[in-house]
Amino acid sequence: MVGTQPLIWRRIPERYRLHGSKCLTCNAEFFPQRQFCPNCRRKGKLVKEHMPMDGTIYSYTYVHSAPEGFEYHVPYFMAIIELKNGVRLMSQLADSEPESVKINASVRMVFRRVHESEAEEAIAYGYKFKVVD
Amino acid sequence: MRSVSVIGAGLSKFGERWETSFRELIYEASLNAMEDARIEGKDIQALYGGSMAPGRLIGQEHIGALIADQLGLNPIPSVRVEAACASGGVALRQAYHAIASDAYDIVAVGGVEKMTEVSTEEVATALGGAGDQEWELFLGATFPAIYALMARRHMLEYGTTEEQMALCSVKNHANAVHNPYAQYRKAISVEQVMESGYIAEPLKLLDCSPITDGAAALILCASDMAKKYSDTPIHIAASAQASDTLALDDRRTLSALEATRYAAKEAFKQAKMTPKDIPLAEVHDCFSIAEIMAIEDLGFFKKGKGGKAVQDGETQLNSRLSINTSGGLKACGHPVGATGIKQAVEITWQLRQQAGKRQVANAEVGLAHNVGGSGATAVVHIFKRGD
Ligand SMILES: [Zn+2]
Repeated sequence: MVGTQPLIWRRIPERYRLHGSKCLTCNAEFFPQRQFCPNCRRKGKLVKEHMPMDGTIYSYTYVHSAPEGFEYHVPYFMAIIELKNGVRLMSQLADSEPESVKINASVRMVFRRVHESEAEEAIAYGYKFKVVD
Repeated sequence: MRSVSVIGAGLSKFGERWETSFRELIYEASLNAMEDARIEGKDIQALYGGSMAPGRLIGQEHIGALIADQLGLNPIPSVRVEAACASGGVALRQAYHAIASDAYDIVAVGGVEKMTEVSTEEVATALGGAGDQEWELFLGATFPAIYALMARRHMLEYGTTEEQMALCSVKNHANAVHNPYAQYRKAISVEQVMESGYIAEPLKLLDCSPITDGAAALILCASDMAKKYSDTPIHIAASAQASDTLALDDRRTLSALEATRYAAKEAFKQAKMTPKDIPLAEVHDCFSIAEIMAIEDLGFFKKGKGGKAVQDGETQLNSRLSINTSGGLKACGHPVGATGIKQAVEITWQLRQQAGKRQVANAEVGLAHNVGGSGATAVVHIFKRGD
């Protein structure tokens, strides 16, 4: 698992604060940040944009078999979250009763430990989402 | 562009080949393909080899040079091609263009992966690199999880069921019984799939393709010279490829692979055919849901009707459309870099009427569909029996 300190630090604005991008030319919003608007390419003008912290579950799965670094986390929910602005992102779900995890359930971002790399002695923190009533 | 034909096809045995090295797998498949084409090493002018993750799986890079060296073919040029699980299909397309563009007359193209040298977790991590490392794998999303997210949407939008998905695996195992190269030559039941335990819900162990060692190889030749080497050259009627976002969450839809749709549309245009002209296809069933999406996105069945088609037996051997006669990735095995070439080998054997008990009657045209990652790359080839 790749997860070095520089990588973790570099991604803090996105992983801690959901900083994405907005294109001033076509108004499209993106997460994670992009350097180039795929709609406008060189005519685009991207600026930093805070993503909303609320959204709904677009799809989800309960993961029983994990990659390296997540062996002790199973089972856990992975979901595609559709944020209020329509932007979708992949996230784990936290603190959510399995019965409450459904497509279209409302979710809000929470700040959690995402992953630890023993080899790198690095702990990555960032967003997870929690089902809210 | 010049017309290109397959004049030789060969596989290594697929499976957990603990006794066999990466190099030996290449040798096994290549020798079979060269003997099949009745050519000598000196006839081959260039090499292309698909391999996804040898750096992570066996600690080896520089695979192009390794292949030329292993086959005793120095100093001809040799290129490794990487496009995740579509490495083989993309390598085939590069080799096809090398002849179509008049640069060479005869080239060899192969694919190889040695996956049993490391732990299952390490394989999951290596394959995770086919998605978005920083925004999927880093957060804990494995490939089964990514396809499970697609499956969930497909079930919601079209009513596809876990039983329909299970039936893909059942059919593919039934086909593999007749394939001597397959990893699992054993029939399974729907009940066995349903009880096989969740990997990433709703996908269970027997919805997932296995970890496999294997290699596959083809010899390609300019069509106007092909009769010199083969009594039954197989013409490549189309070669198309398309790209999509690396990460699943950036897609407009999760219940279709847009890259497959684009590649298929382009391939049918090149071949001047429609999906109705295809009686036989090898599609990329890395997971059972992927086969259902593939038969829809390739245009064989209406969107959302794939699960029903499988349930009604329309994709079984010698039914309306024989899908994955080799056993597919699920039962023949999925040595990722080799898969795209193995699909073309199976179609070649079928069109030459050499497929034994899994032979599709009177097949004159066949299609191969190879996907990288969660659909960021898709490759479609159409093959036709030469005249
Ligand atoms: Zn724009």
